[in-house]
Amino acid sequence: MALSCHPLGSFPPRLSVCVLLIVFVAAASASHDAPQDGTHDPTNVTHKKGFPVLLFNYDHVRTPFEISLWILLALLMKLGFHVIPRVSQVVPESCLLIVVGLLVGGFIKAIGEKAPALDDTLFFLYLLPPIILDAGYFLPVRPFTENVGTILVFAVVGTLWNAFFMGGVMYGVCWLEGGPLAGVDLLSCLLFGSIVSAVDPVAVLAVFEEIHINELLHILVFGESLLNDAVTVVLYHLFKEFSAVGTVTVLDGVLAVVCFFVVSLGGLLVGAIYGVLGAFTSRFTSHTRVIEPLFVFLYSYMAYLSAEVFHLSGIMSLIACGVTMRPYVEANVSHKSYTTIKYFLKMWSSVSETLIFIFLGVSTVAGPHAWNWTFVVVTVVLCLVSRVMGVIGLTYVINKFRIVKLTKKDQFIVAYGGLRGAIAYSLGFLLPDHPMKTLFLTAIITVVFFTVFVQGMTIRPLVELLAVKKKKETRRSINEEIHTQFLDHLLTGIEGVCGHYGHHHWKDKLNRFNKTYVKRWLIAGERSMEPQLISFYNKMEMRQAMMMVESGSSAKLPGLISMQNIQPKVESRGRTIPKISKGREEEIRRILRSNLQQTKQRLRSYSRHDLFADPFEDMNENLSEMRFRKQRVEMERRMSHYLTVPANRQETPPVRRVRFESDDQESSRESSGVRARNVGPNSSPADAISVLEESPPLRPNRRSDGGARRSAEHGAQATDDDDDAEEEKGEPQTQARRVSDPGPN
Amino acid sequence: MGASQTRTEDVFQELSDKTGFSLEQIRILHKRFRQLSGDEDTISKENLEKIQALDKNPIRNQIIEAFFDKRNQNDGEVGSSREIGFQQFVKVMCHFKPPTLKMTTEDKEAMRREKLRFLFNMHDTDNDGTITLDEYRKVVEELLSKSGAIGLEAAKAIADAAMLEVASINVPHMEPHEFYEGITFEHFEQILKGLEMESRMNIRFLDVDTSTMHCGKSQ
Repeated sequence: MALSCHPLGSFPPRLSVCVLLIVFVAAASASHDAPQDGTHDPTNVTHKKGFPVLLFNYDHVRTPFEISLWILLALLMKLGFHVIPRVSQVVPESCLLIVVGLLVGGFIKAIGEKAPALDDTLFFLYLLPPIILDAGYFLPVRPFTENVGTILVFAVVGTLWNAFFMGGVMYGVCWLEGGPLAGVDLLSCLLFGSIVSAVDPVAVLAVFEEIHINELLHILVFGESLLNDAVTVVLYHLFKEFSAVGTVTVLDGVLAVVCFFVVSLGGLLVGAIYGVLGAFTSRFTSHTRVIEPLFVFLYSYMAYLSAEVFHLSGIMSLIACGVTMRPYVEANVSHKSYTTIKYFLKMWSSVSETLIFIFLGVSTVAGPHAWNWTFVVVTVVLCLVSRVMGVIGLTYVINKFRIVKLTKKDQFIVAYGGLRGAIAYSLGFLLPDHPMKTLFLTAIITVVFFTVFVQGMTIRPLVELLAVKKKKETRRSINEEIHTQFLDHLLTGIEGVCGHYGHHHWKDKLNRFNKTYVKRWLIAGERSMEPQLISFYNKMEMRQAMMMVESGSSAKLPGLISMQNIQPKVESRGRTIPKISKGREEEIRRILRSNLQQTKQRLRSYSRHDLFADPFEDMNENLSEMRFRKQRVEMERRMSHYLTVPANRQETPPVRRVRFESDDQESSRESSGVRARNVGPNSSPADAISVLEESPPLRPNRRSDGGARRSAEHGAQATDDDDDAEEEKGEPQTQARRVSDPGPN
Repeated sequence: MGASQTRTEDVFQELSDKTGFSLEQIRILHKRFRQLSGDEDTISKENLEKIQALDKNPIRNQIIEAFFDKRNQNDGEVGSSREIGFQQFVKVMCHFKPPTLKMTTEDKEAMRREKLRFLFNMHDTDNDGTITLDEYRKVVEELLSKSGAIGLEAAKAIADAAMLEVASINVPHMEPHEFYEGITFEHFEQILKGLEMESRMNIRFLDVDTSTMHCGKSQ
C-alpha cells in the first residue's frame, strides 16, 4: 500500500499513523480476552491484602472504548490520506477507506479474532441517518423542485425496471446454468434484483462530492438515490415475504402498489410534521441559544425513527423534515447556532461515511462467502447494462416533457453515476436465513466493489474527457439573486398573459401562501415579514463584513470601486470644518478605537452555558437595542469621518476608507456620501441641516437593514465617548426619525 | 368563409416558419390573443392590464410595457407602441422559447444574448443603452413593492450594492474620480453569465414540439 513508500521527508506522520493503527487494532482485539485483574468485591475480605494502587478493569469500559477506538481509527485513516499528496487525487476516498477496511479485516482475521460485521441495526439506525440528514438539510431546493419530475421518474420507474430486469435475467441465467444455481427460484432472483438495483446515496455522495459536476446532473443522480428508497423498501419487503411463501398473486401486486404510495407519501408526511414542529420550536429559542442545534438534530432523528416504526421510508422522512425545517429554522436561530448545525452535520456525516466504508471492507473479509463465477459476473454486467438501458429509455420519454432536454453527455453521466453501496449490502445482510444468502451477499459485495472502485475512479477522468460542465465555484452574487427573483416574476407574468397555469404559477402561489400564513407562525418576530431579497442581502453583507474582519481590517480591499464611482458627481457646498493636524487625528482615532476595544471586553456574569456576547451574535436582537447601538456607532463614525476627510476631497489611500474593522463598504460608501447627499429625490429630511448633519441620509437608510446587522459587530455595548456627548444631544431625534424604519423589514 | 380561413392558416404558417413555434402553438396563442383583445385585431395596454393573473405581480407594469416596447420587435425602432397586433405579440413570446437539442453552442449563445437583451430593455426604460443607478434602483423597488412595507431605503441599499458589484467585476480598477455611467449591455451579459439564461428564461408553451429555432431575426 502507498503508505510505506514515500520519500523520507514525510515519513514520520505516515509511520506514526501506521504504528498507531497497529497498536489500536491489537488493543481492540486483545481486549477480547483481557483477563480480569481487578478486585471486584471488596466486601469479601477473607484476609487482608495490600491496598490496590493500580487496577486493571477493562470490561467496565469495553463497549465505549472499542467504539471510540474504531472511530478514531477511521478518522486517522482519513487524515492519513490527505497527507499523501497524489493518491487522494486519483483514487476517491471511499476506495481508500474500503481498502483500509480490507486490511484491518485481514489483520484481525490473521490474529484469529472475529471481526465485527456491518451489523444492520448499527448501520440503519446510527450510521445512515447523519448522512441523509446532512444531505437533506443542505439539499439545494430550487434545482431539486425544478427537476422533481425527472428525478421521480428515474427513481421509481428506473429502479423498478432495474429490479425486474435483473431479477428476470438472473433467473434465466440460473435456470440455464443449472448446477449449484439450479435451486434459485424466480422470487429469490427478484428479491436479489430489488436489493441490488437501487442507487446508493452514500456512495453517490462520496464520489460526486469530489468531482464537482454541474448542479443539474448532481441533483439528478443524487435525488434519484434518495427517492428510490421508497421503491426499495416496498420491493424488498414484498419479495422477502413472498420468497418465504413461494407465490405471489395479483392481489399482492396491487397491494404492493398501494403500499408504495403509503410508504412514500407517509414518509414525506411524517417528515413534514416533524419539520414543522422543529420550525415552530425554534421560534421560541431566543433565550436558550445553546440548545438550538439539538432541536434540529433530535426532531430529524425522531422523524427517521418514527417512519421506521411504521416501515415507511425513513430516508424520505428525513429529507422532508430537513427541507421543511430549514428556511424557518435559519430565520430563527442565531448565527452561531447555524454554524454549529452546519458543522455538526458535516462532521457526523463524514464520520459515518468513513465508518461505513471501513466496515464494508472489514465485513468483506469476515463474512462467509460463496463464490460462483457465473452468478457474480452476470450480476455485475447486468447491473451496468440494465442501468444504461433504463437511463436511455427513460430519458427518451422524459425529454418530451422537459423544457431543457438532457443531452447524451448528461445521460452518460447519470447512467455511469449509478453507484451501489452499503445499503445494498446491509439489506442483503438483513435477509433471513435463505439458502442463497451467502451467494447473494458475495455478488452484492462484488457489485459494490466494482461500482465504487471502477466507476468511482474512472468517473473523474471521464468527466474531464467529456468536458461535462462543472459546478460554478463562485457564490451567488446579489445581481444574480435580484435577477433570479425578477425572472420568477417575469415568467409567472408571461404565463399569466399566455393564459395557462404553468409551474411558475403554482410556485408563485405556494410562495405567497408561505409568506402570508406559514411564515407568520414559524418565524419569530419581524423576520417573518422579511422578503427573501432582503435576507439574502443581509446575509451577504454579514459575510463580507466577517471576511473583512478575518483578513485584517486594512489588509486588502476588494477592488477600489466605491460608491463615489457610481454616484453621479455633484458639487457640494463648502464645508466649514476645522482642519486638524495629523497628530491630533491619530490621537482621536486611537481614543475611538480603544473605546471600542474596551467595550468588547466587558463581560456579563459568567455562566458555563452562556455564549459570550459577540459582535456577530444575534440577528434577532431587540430593536431598541439595535437602534441604540446604531446611534452610537454612527456617532463614532461620523466623528472620524469628519476628522479625516476634509472638505469634499477624497484622499485616495484606500486604507483611509477602512477605518473600523469589518467596515469596508460602510465607510467607503459613507465617505462618498457627502457628494451623494444632494442626489436623489428620496434623501431624507434635508431640512435639519447642520455641519454634522451632512453625513448622508444614505447611511442610516441603508443601514436600516444591512447595517442593523453590521453595526452589531461594532463592539456591541455602548461606547462612552465623551467627545460625542454634545453632538449626540442634537442627534437622537433626527437619528430616531431616520432610523424609524425598523431594522428587519 | 373558406377563403379567409385559408388566409389565416397561411398567415399562421408563415409566422410559424418565421418564429419557430409550431402551427399548433401559434393557433393556441392566437386564440389567447383574441381572448385578450376582445376579438379585435390589436391589443392595447388596457387589455393586458385587465388580466387577473398579473394582479399580484410586482413587476406587472414592466411586463406589460415590454409587450409594447418597439425594441423587442427587433425592427430597429425605439419607443413604445400603443397597440400591437398578433405578429408583434408572438414575437415577444418568442423570447421565451426553450433551446432545442439540436442547437449548437453558438446558437445557444445567440439565444442567450437575445433573452438578456429582452431583460435589458425591461430595465433600461429611457433607452439610452445603459442601466443607470436610478433605473436599477427602480427595478429593485418594484421587486420589493408587493412584499410589504419595506421602505425605499432597503431597495436603495440593495441596488447600490448590486451596482457596486457590477462595477467591480467589469471595471475593477477605477480611479476615485472616475464615474461609472451605468450598466451597458456587455456588462449586463457579464454579470449574468452564471445564470445561463437560455435554460432558465423559458416557459412551457402548450404543445411542446418546437422544430425550428429561428425567432424573427435570421441567423
